[in-house]
Amino acid sequence: MPKASSSRLTPEQLLAQIEFEERRARRGRLKVFLGYASGVGKSFQMLDEGRRRRQRGEDVVVCALQPEYPEQVEAILQKLEMIPTLKIAELESIDVQAVIGRHPQVALIDGLAYENPPGTANAYRWQDVSQLLDEGISVVTTVNLQYLEKLQEEVERITGNRVSCTIPSGFLDRTADEIVVVDASPRDLWCEPTAESPTSALVEAHKLSRLRELALLVAASVVDRQLESYLRSHGLDQSSGVQERILVCVSPRSDAARMLESGRRNADRFQGEFHVVHVQEHALSQPEQETLDKNLKYARELGAQIEILGGFDNTEAILHFAKRVGITQIFVGHSTRHGLRTRIWGSLVDQLVRAAEGIDVVVYPQ
Amino acid sequence: MFLGYAAGVGKTYRMLEEAQRLKRQGEDIVVGYFEPHGRKDTIARTAGLEMMATKTINYRGVALQEMDTGAVLVRRPAICIVDELAHTNVPGSGRQKRWEDVQVLLDAGINVMSNMNIQHLESLNDHVFDITGVRVRETVPDWLIKSAAEIVMVDATTEALLNRLKRGVIYAPETAQRAIENFFRESTLVALRELALRETAHELDVRGTTDTTEEPTGVSSSSRAVEKGTRDRILIYVSADPSSAILIRRGRRMADYLCADCFAVGVVPYRNNRLTGRADAIETHLKFARNLHIETRILQGEDPSEMIVQFARSNQVTQILLSRPKHRSWGVLMGTDLILRIVREAKDIRVIIVAEHRRLHHPSAVRGS
Repeated sequence: MPKASSSRLTPEQLLAQIEFEERRARRGRLKVFLGYASGVGKSFQMLDEGRRRRQRGEDVVVCALQPEYPEQVEAILQKLEMIPTLKIAELESIDVQAVIGRHPQVALIDGLAYENPPGTANAYRWQDVSQLLDEGISVVTTVNLQYLEKLQEEVERITGNRVSCTIPSGFLDRTADEIVVVDASPRDLWCEPTAESPTSALVEAHKLSRLRELALLVAASVVDRQLESYLRSHGLDQSSGVQERILVCVSPRSDAARMLESGRRNADRFQGEFHVVHVQEHALSQPEQETLDKNLKYARELGAQIEILGGFDNTEAILHFAKRVGITQIFVGHSTRHGLRTRIWGSLVDQLVRAAEGIDVVVYPQ
Repeated sequence: MFLGYAAGVGKTYRMLEEAQRLKRQGEDIVVGYFEPHGRKDTIARTAGLEMMATKTINYRGVALQEMDTGAVLVRRPAICIVDELAHTNVPGSGRQKRWEDVQVLLDAGINVMSNMNIQHLESLNDHVFDITGVRVRETVPDWLIKSAAEIVMVDATTEALLNRLKRGVIYAPETAQRAIENFFRESTLVALRELALRETAHELDVRGTTDTTEEPTGVSSSSRAVEKGTRDRILIYVSADPSSAILIRRGRRMADYLCADCFAVGVVPYRNNRLTGRADAIETHLKFARNLHIETRILQGEDPSEMIVQFARSNQVTQILLSRPKHRSWGVLMGTDLILRIVREAKDIRVIIVAEHRRLHHPSAVRGS
């Protein structure tokens, strides 16, 4: 359970909280339904939420729709008020002025990633949304994973494709108050993806599964940030975190390649972060320096976040770092050779195990 | 399986929505058990579905309803909806847990759609306790979830959930107030939500690696290359200490995440007349491990560290899991301590000293991404 380290907030925290609340009070709220493919049911969930809100007495208006819907969705649409879109040469855009004039409490906008036709005041729909939020109108919208700018590379790695029209990273990070992931089994997509052969169907299924995983992890990391900021704004600094964070400690005395690979693998399998530290030492011999450089080079290649720590006491430096970053597993090597080194490493292991409360200690043979 | 992170996120609603869709497609679908909780919107979703009659069981003068598994077997639908998988049946219902009834349906060739919350997953029991301070008693073994053909995450934002709670949609007012003080604290909900998202992603990841024997080219992640050719084998050292249960759950999880084989091993001395209590405790722990589908073994010998390391060697174990010693029982001389002896003797085997509580120190500084 989180414990309050002190019930009083620092002036910075207080200021951040006030600014946050003021911004919230002025602007409309943005809620985003995030899906991994078309047909997962984003529109349905968004419109169904609109229907329920309207039942509860909220003033809900539909401002943009997709060209076609399954029959279930059509049934909900019957119950909702709509502001027609503007059409320029078969292309649609939200009638922003009409929406502002009507000024509903909540605007439902299906498809956040649309590009507006030439000649519209805003080039992109997300800019329309931004404008509505500034006017104090709350927006509920939908978006597919592949339209998020910051996921472009990962999506391309999975699908081999890149979409041209994306929503800039900053927009959702800064403006979205709530993100909900709309999950569904690829077998239950509302519009069946057409595959030419069984093999390509298998490949498609695999891609969809990877996209789906990505959507869940993206949502998890948004939630993780939300947890952190919640804890910070409430003056809490400890929590039972959920994300695994793996730390590998490398030394100048042994080749850490296997330990690094194993740490990387744990980080991947647990979908966690991967950190590598080294506690600085003076007067390294030439071979020691080479081993250390090699270890750090390999750590970089494996995509670790590397930090060189200062301090006389290895254990203390490592633990201080681990607690600051929220490490959940510490990998530390132990020499299999006998003699003095064994005793020194033995004592580092010993001290870590004693002091690393709440952290797993992985003693790795070297 | 529809997976959620708290009551009221919409698991049942979503499941019934799905049932309606399947029915429209002409599937033979029935509702074997439905828990209305007085939620109007959810109840409306059952309209037009075939609802099986439940079985009434009198327990201490109260008439309680359970699924009539026998009747579902006789009716033999293609698909059966079973609400709240983690539910414990009333004594006298035939089977202890609802998930056991579900097993019976599955064995009979009936497809089942069901739902549960992340906190009911057995291997997460300690983690959930650390997050919520609540020891969840109704658990579902992990292997059951692993065997599910499909897992779908039912997400809702914590804001939406708290609003629903305040509007009295989820619980009656007095229960709602108690809920806000326990499970429904915002930070708790956020943590559970993250846990459920990650768990679902993990389940997809596992299925992605095991379902398709040949991974389509161009979609393998960098991580998969690193792990090729290594199958981990995990040994969990089970003692009489209660912390062994935590170690077993963690071992189960670790094995699942690393796609590893897993053993739970206890060591009992030859002459244990005076120590039967200890042997019993070890046996109880091993039984718990077997319930989680972990292979177990009892070794006889005087020196646990030696026995464990020997067993590990001859069984190609790659990781040994040990409980973190409590301060009181911690020997000052490292040579006498079990952990350090195992570390020293295990040589080429990884030794993992598992933290009892994952009460983590959350980052207080902003991390670079």
